Amino acid sequence: MKTNTVISPDICFHCGEDCVIDTVRFDEKNFCCQGCKSAYQILDESDLCGYYDLESNPGINLKNVKHRARFDYLEDEEVINRISDYQDDSRISVTLNIPNIHCTSCVWLLENLQKLEPGVLQSEVNFLKKELSVLIDSNNTSLRNVVEQLVTIGYEPEIRLEKLDSKTEKSHQNRSLWLKMGVAGFAFGNIMLFSFPDYLDTTGSGLGGDFHLFFGALNIILALPVLIYSSSDYLKSAFAALSQRGVNLDVPISIGIVALFTRSVYEIVTLTGTGYMDSFTGLIFFLLIGKLVQQKTFHRLSFNRDYRSYLPIAVNVLNEHGEEYSVSLDKLTPDKQIRLRNQELVPCDSTLLSDEAFMDYSFITGESEPVRVKKGDQIFAGGRLIGNAALFKTEEKVTNSYLTKLWNHEAFQNNDKELKLTTFADKISPYFTVAVLGIAFFSGLYWLQTAGVEPALSVFTAVLIIACPCALALSTPFTLGSALNLLSLNGLFVKNHLLIENLSKATSIVFDKTGTLTESEAAEVTLFGDELSSQEEIWVKSACKNSIHPLSRKISFYLKDVIARGSVNEVNKPRVNLPSMATGSIQGDRFVEQFSSSTSTIDAPRDDRAILKNFEEQPGKGIYAEIEGALICLGSRSFVAGQSGMKLNEIPETNFKGSTVHLSINGVYRGFFGIKAGLRNGISELLQNIKEKFSLYLLSGDNEAQRSDFTHYFGSKDSLLFNKKPEEKLEFITQLQENGDQVIMVGDGLNDAGALKKSDFGIALADDISSFAPACDAILEGDSLKNLGVFIKFSNQSMNIIIASFVLSLLYNTIGLGFAVTGNLSPLVAAILMPLSSISVMIFTFLTTRYFARKGGLAIWK
Amino acid sequence: MEVIYMLIGFSLLVALIFLGLFFWAVRSGQFDDQHTPSMRVLFDSKDSSSKKSNHNQKHRDE
Repeated sequence: MKTNTVISPDICFHCGEDCVIDTVRFDEKNFCCQGCKSAYQILDESDLCGYYDLESNPGINLKNVKHRARFDYLEDEEVINRISDYQDDSRISVTLNIPNIHCTSCVWLLENLQKLEPGVLQSEVNFLKKELSVLIDSNNTSLRNVVEQLVTIGYEPEIRLEKLDSKTEKSHQNRSLWLKMGVAGFAFGNIMLFSFPDYLDTTGSGLGGDFHLFFGALNIILALPVLIYSSSDYLKSAFAALSQRGVNLDVPISIGIVALFTRSVYEIVTLTGTGYMDSFTGLIFFLLIGKLVQQKTFHRLSFNRDYRSYLPIAVNVLNEHGEEYSVSLDKLTPDKQIRLRNQELVPCDSTLLSDEAFMDYSFITGESEPVRVKKGDQIFAGGRLIGNAALFKTEEKVTNSYLTKLWNHEAFQNNDKELKLTTFADKISPYFTVAVLGIAFFSGLYWLQTAGVEPALSVFTAVLIIACPCALALSTPFTLGSALNLLSLNGLFVKNHLLIENLSKATSIVFDKTGTLTESEAAEVTLFGDELSSQEEIWVKSACKNSIHPLSRKISFYLKDVIARGSVNEVNKPRVNLPSMATGSIQGDRFVEQFSSSTSTIDAPRDDRAILKNFEEQPGKGIYAEIEGALICLGSRSFVAGQSGMKLNEIPETNFKGSTVHLSINGVYRGFFGIKAGLRNGISELLQNIKEKFSLYLLSGDNEAQRSDFTHYFGSKDSLLFNKKPEEKLEFITQLQENGDQVIMVGDGLNDAGALKKSDFGIALADDISSFAPACDAILEGDSLKNLGVFIKFSNQSMNIIIASFVLSLLYNTIGLGFAVTGNLSPLVAAILMPLSSISVMIFTFLTTRYFARKGGLAIWK
Repeated sequence: MEVIYMLIGFSLLVALIFLGLFFWAVRSGQFDDQHTPSMRVLFDSKDSSSKKSNHNQKHRDE
């Protein structure tokens, strides 16, 4: 990484992007745009330039911010009240989700927010959750001011509709577990020390009887809080299970706990022995560690999102005088005029009042191409407006819209798939409990007949103690916790460790197409027309690089490859001939504005760039650039014709299936770029590998244009389904399940939400894991989809590891039972055997999961 | 050997103080977020006035 003292001449000091169009110079530093400059200015004035010292070029690029979102609604008392965590006369405490938090500098800047905005009393960042908690002095400033200040420096908070209805959960539930563990650990350590003299000297003569009693009493005092406080969860759970006439694993554990404690107290009080207090506290301590491992979740990911976290919190409504004001969505009524801008979502079913607009429904229906709508057409909620701002009239309330209807389906009513999950441990625990009680009774009876009441009771309790399934209880959380970690290292973030079992049982896998198997970034670009000279290639690439339109970026990427290849070997340059042109297709006019997320494109060597003199971009139509005297014009047919002074019919219409971008250089038509959504990297290998083992299905909301691309992978015709509505997807999954299949659904959009929810293991694919993903069981990074087969295999192996560690812990139990039934279970044996079994199960699961992960080719280190 | 009564008493007292400190640490939220504090270490004292201005940074300094 470069140090910040060396400022490369054309890299933006604020955000680190190349300064392509015009470099803004200020304070002897270069900025790529006015936005970045003013952000720097603000920070400079407030003496916050330490921001630039922690990381080089840490800022967020502000070039793509076309207009500021309006935050009028943050003035509304009711809204403030509903989104704040706490509010009184003078102070407001609120937790904001800021997706842009990405580095140390961000944390530093945001925690020094009071220098920018004196009304901020306190600000604290949680980096993993990407959250900022601010405490605001409402006499000094307003929530709106603070949020707008955040927007100016590039940290726009994401305030979504769901925020209205739910107070931010504070993650305090973990605190009591830590405290319980602390108490158990404290008691465990001290009791071990106090028990030590007794182990050395079992007759109790060396130190004298007083010490024996003293240590015994101390042990009881120390063990009491462990029984009452630390082990309360197990006792309560066992009691609850028994009162419902069920048996879970907590029942034998609780029997063990109670037996351990009462037997120990009895021995100490009657001065007959030293008791098992060290084993008792150690047992609880290890169990709680297991519980802590089990509770590990991925805070920054939310798995339970629905449409409310997709929609914004407010929308701009026009009043009678045509003035805009913002209204929170739950107050939006039908028959209102709303104005939306590029990239904004339609919050409820509406009709278009403007003449024309382009809507991107890919997230809602799975259609890959934006749709053109005309005045008076109905527009469904959830569509994203692409291009120029447009006016809409609302038709329905947000809660009655098409998008929200899906959530009324029963699949969303009885959720909590994981509640139905029972672990292997829970399944065998009834048998286990019966077996343990049986052995305890029979050996007790045997000793009663041969030796009398006292030895019989002692053997009875010894069996209960040693059979306490501590290691059994640990094997599941440790194996699956370890598997969960390994999977997350490789890009699969599973919501709950119990769900791994569902993954391992899968028999069929259903894929969504748009955005899942295909990826807009992995586009196939082909140039139809005359070959460009290498000089022209550089011109076109430079022009495209300046545009943030996804199609331009794809062309620029494509040309970068061509240029790189060309410089190695001129002969290898692919030559594509002009295909036969057909008439009557509207596909040719598709050049539509759609911003993708503002990820920066990493750049090629500098020598393939040319200096732009003039650059103009018409959203939704095309770009026009003047480079080194050449006029480059790229875009739709009509745009290119208009700009280069040609007649429309000079440019041929095409029958290319996909997006087309026409090109003219110096007023001469040169052909067009055909762009098709390509398969994600590694998908064909994945499909090839898993099609033997699983039944694969393709379930798409898009049209059949790409059917032929997939028939090769999906065998029979029935497994390729197109034009499916969200409800139909859900029904398809239900059908598969009724046929006895365990279904994995892989999807990415809201249109898959029902299917993801219904399936046994729903995987939402996200290129940026902190961005919106519909409700699911796991979030998978786009690049890791190719490893899906390996993940399933690994989850299978994890289930086997659990069984193996069960066997291991049963082995320990059998050895211990040998001691117990023969009446030889001394406290020393128990104190060695019980922790040993727990620790060896931990080590065993840790090592074996890593071994299998490595064998399967997964990363086991960061 | 009676001194052991006293020594044990003291050792328990020390252990209890640590347990109390652990309770305080958990209750004050130090175990809630285990990642961000590791980043705060990197904020050096170039601008020393910023240290005292912030509640959670004060904790770090103590």
